[in-house]
Amino acid sequence: MSLRPHGGDLALIDAGGANLGSVMYALRRIGAAPRLVRDADELGDPERIILPGVGAAAPSMALLTSRGLDVALRASEAPLLGVCVGMQLLFEGSDEGDVACLGLLPGRVRRLRGGPGLRVPHMGWNRLELQRETSDDAATLLDGIDEGAHAYFVHSFGVPVDETDGAAVLAATTHGERIVAMVGRGRRYGAQFHPERSSATGLRVLDNFMKLPA
Amino acid sequence: MLSVRIVPCLDVRDGRVVKGVRFRDHVDMGDIVELAGRYRDQGADELVFYDIGASPDGRAVDVGWVERVASEIDIPFCVAGGIRSVEVARAVLLAGADKVSINTPALERPALIAEIAEAYGSQCVVVGIDSVRDADGVWRVRSHTGDPTRTKAPGKTTLDWVREAQSLGAGEFVLNCMDSDGVRKGYDIEQLKAVRAICNVPLVASGGAGTVQHFIDAFREADVDAALAASVFHSGAIAIPELKRALREAGIEVRL
Repeated sequence: MSLRPHGGDLALIDAGGANLGSVMYALRRIGAAPRLVRDADELGDPERIILPGVGAAAPSMALLTSRGLDVALRASEAPLLGVCVGMQLLFEGSDEGDVACLGLLPGRVRRLRGGPGLRVPHMGWNRLELQRETSDDAATLLDGIDEGAHAYFVHSFGVPVDETDGAAVLAATTHGERIVAMVGRGRRYGAQFHPERSSATGLRVLDNFMKLPA
Repeated sequence: MLSVRIVPCLDVRDGRVVKGVRFRDHVDMGDIVELAGRYRDQGADELVFYDIGASPDGRAVDVGWVERVASEIDIPFCVAGGIRSVEVARAVLLAGADKVSINTPALERPALIAEIAEAYGSQCVVVGIDSVRDADGVWRVRSHTGDPTRTKAPGKTTLDWVREAQSLGAGEFVLNCMDSDGVRKGYDIEQLKAVRAICNVPLVASGGAGTVQHFIDAFREADVDAALAASVFHSGAIAIPELKRALREAGIEVRL
């Protein structure tokens, strides 16, 4: 993987999630220089935005709203990557706290069904099932990612593949049901897994995001 | 399909990795980040750092080394030892740990489990259990195990504690079977199976790994989600790449 330095203004949104530091470190490892953004006034006009998140959807959404970031993120046209709960916030709403989210992508976040032998939280390394050819722009995020590559997931809620527009799904994973692992439509992207903790595969996804046209 | 996880545990004391047998006689193993990097390169799926000095000494975890690990290591890791409050858990998580594992403080004040789960989600709350089979044949928990001279038996049965902690929001259990710890005779399959039967969240086997077959047994027979070990990895007795190939040959889903 090329680890050339990534210039340009990268806004890293503080949505109160505990993985903020880990995402920042991972971005630095690929040569990016993220700028922490806590409220709408600080957002400015970045080339790219990353929205990390760990925790519950409702308090994260409340925090974004109280800081004016819900409006600012909806208005921004910069490429936006949501990570874990950050990805979930891009959808219309979440059953976790029954909260309305940013509505940038169609679909709803549901509690993982679990079942015999299927523990919730879905915690650990699972395989990416690629859903798209890498020829279209959104699928740039998948460049260099092999079918069946492992990524690290930790979550109890997720977006079932059949609860969203299938055309937006870049990769799925299976934990009993098929859930969205990576999504991309327009300039809005997301990863349910943790690229910052998914070894070479995760760093490649972050690197691909940094290479998308701003 | 979700892979099983192989989890080396690094005992940390005064910012260095150490290892003792049956919690005694600690020997210096090396620098934390260097050892963590080596295990990451060998294919460890996750790491646990257990600050063995923190809990009995009444100290909280020094987050300096947590930050150092988080900035260098790109696989998930959990920090255990000395996490007594939401404030300490927050500091450790914000320093870059993916999970915190609580043991003695959770036994002393079970509400701590719910408090951390509420603040950061169940997925980051691991409850570590040190368990011993008492003379009457019942498994019961031990606390303050970081220092054998201060270890206590609060009287809770292991199975009752798993049920209680799970209802409070524990997102994962590490069951350390103390009778088998450090002696490399195999994981305590019987006890792991008993806990598995009542545990809906991920369960990590700990204590007793000596051979590759011991790992296969834990995954096949006790259906654990992860297996933790220390001395067999530190000593080189088992190399992680060979272990994972053997698991795959045994039909167990692993990340190679």
